[in-house]
Amino acid sequence: MIQLKNVVAEYTTKRGRMKAVDGVDLVIPDGVIVGIAGESGCGKSTLMKVLYGDLGFPLSLASGSVDYGFTNDKGQPVTDANVQREWFRHVSIIPQSSMSSLNPVIRIREQFVDFPATSKDKKATLAKVREFVQRIGLPPESIDAYPHQLSGGMRQRIMVALATFLEPEVILADEPTTALDVVVQKEILLLLLELQEKMRNTIIFVSHDMGVHYQLTHQMLIMYAGKAVEHGPTEEIFRAPLHPYTLLLTSALPTIGDDRARQGLPGSPPSLWDPPKGCRFAPRCPLATEKCRTEEPPLVEVRPGHSSACHHIDRIPQLQADLAKAPSLDDLDEARLLAQVQENLRREHEIDATADAAPPSEVDRPEIPSEVADTVAPAGGER
Amino acid sequence: MTTVLKAEGLRKTYKLGSFTSRVTINALDDINLDIVSDDPVIVSLVGESGSGKTTLAKTILRLVEPTAGKAWVHDQVVTGSGGMGRLDFMRMVQPIFQNPFDAFSRYRTVDTYLHETAARIAGLNGAKGRDAVDEALSSVGLDYADVVGKYPNQFSGGELQRASIARALIPHPQLIVADEPVSMIDASRRMIVINLFKALKEQYRTSFLYITHDLATAYYISDYIAVMSKGRIVEFGAARDVLSTPRHDYTKLLLSSIPTLTHKWDRTPALASTGA
Repeated sequence: MIQLKNVVAEYTTKRGRMKAVDGVDLVIPDGVIVGIAGESGCGKSTLMKVLYGDLGFPLSLASGSVDYGFTNDKGQPVTDANVQREWFRHVSIIPQSSMSSLNPVIRIREQFVDFPATSKDKKATLAKVREFVQRIGLPPESIDAYPHQLSGGMRQRIMVALATFLEPEVILADEPTTALDVVVQKEILLLLLELQEKMRNTIIFVSHDMGVHYQLTHQMLIMYAGKAVEHGPTEEIFRAPLHPYTLLLTSALPTIGDDRARQGLPGSPPSLWDPPKGCRFAPRCPLATEKCRTEEPPLVEVRPGHSSACHHIDRIPQLQADLAKAPSLDDLDEARLLAQVQENLRREHEIDATADAAPPSEVDRPEIPSEVADTVAPAGGER
Repeated sequence: MTTVLKAEGLRKTYKLGSFTSRVTINALDDINLDIVSDDPVIVSLVGESGSGKTTLAKTILRLVEPTAGKAWVHDQVVTGSGGMGRLDFMRMVQPIFQNPFDAFSRYRTVDTYLHETAARIAGLNGAKGRDAVDEALSSVGLDYADVVGKYPNQFSGGELQRASIARALIPHPQLIVADEPVSMIDASRRMIVINLFKALKEQYRTSFLYITHDLATAYYISDYIAVMSKGRIVEFGAARDVLSTPRHDYTKLLLSSIPTLTHKWDRTPALASTGA
């Protein structure tokens, strides 16, 4: 069981400190797949870094703790302080970009031998690696290749092999299939699912794709602007969500075979430099009232194992029913469609104007603190 | 009836390697398309990476010279022998690219692009040019006052993508080629831009060639869809028909691989049964 207690993760920048993860409490039982979802900049990747213990300037754990629920070789409990020593043996990661994670100048078999826990007998280890790689559907010779000689899908299989070879208790996967085509994505995800069923590890899975979460995860954590807004069983998250953000997020995208007009969710999340006082979702929320703007809703358990941070949980079924009644796109005449588009654009403009001059970029980029971003970005005009 | 978009025997071959080990890659392998309609249409081009969809878009945009074949837009030859003049072409076909931050130079303000497009392509100078820019910006929900004098990094990704849509609209083109226009935008806000395309199609009477790997949004907005694989169009037809009753095996494979919210994937064992 992994326990996160009031985790606050900060980036230190020239402009000051920014809380990318702001007080997340979470209990993850053993052997489940937990998905973390939210828009770019919501803190999901930062939370992943905290879980992996990959903390270093400019990221730091300002307060809170992570307890992994197992002990290391010396019999001490593994926490955020000593998790780095357990990498690969007990906690492993499947990163998004396999190309930038594998060493390009050594063969893949050398990278397997590099493991801290691999026994001294190199030959025996390599024989095991070959067998393992074959089981996950790669030719055993593929470990004799250099990373650039393999296709993206094969490399990502190698990443899965590296992460699961030592049968760790916890596997962290940060958008592992985002760079891949759908056909290969399905293969990799089903492979991961099958390995998990065999090894019974805990997988924490970050993705922006709600469809992937639905296919893979048992539980989900929805994050918004650094806060956990909803946590519950995946099936319930999709069928009977308890937070308007979750509902709008899942109904924002079209499905094949469903002709209903979709509206999307106008506006950007608030700036983390100056988050709003009350509920952080209030500026974009169709249910928001005065209370939402002044008082922050706590994350409370509403149904067994399903918690939400919202003042108006009772009004969500109504919103869900209204969304389900949206007219078919073919029934919308030109004038109504135009009016709706203009209304959405106007709302987007309005929300962004109040959200601070520097909204977190909605472009899917890694979350980099502005100090780093500034050195990468060219000398443009001043904001 | 107007031929909105037509391609005949379009080929593009890339040659790699040296004298001794020559490899040829057929990025486009005999592409034939014929879309006839009186009303503007949205045509989606879907396929995996490496299927040739971007090469086809670039060929229609004249960024890539085809090895053989011809393409027409609105009954006029745009690429291949007998093609129209450069300026006429740019008035007729305009692009929108995937990453707006790459589309605009970091060292120039965004409004200079808009004014230049008005002056050089649409031939509108001074007050007329300003009006055209104004009109295009307001149809994508941006104010001239909010755009003028700003550099690309001062916009959010969605705003900048909308500015690049506005730029493409200024000459009132017959066809806009949009290559993965929403893949950089957060899923929650993607539909705002997708709906905008649908509205602009009616408002400007412009057809769109929408290139994407996302079959769900293609289903949502397009009138026609072409599924590409290995440089060929393997299936073409009305979008709703193709995606609800696919005929080609490749289309079926693509559809069955989408992670949907309605039903879970069929599980066929991926692990080889040898070993524990």
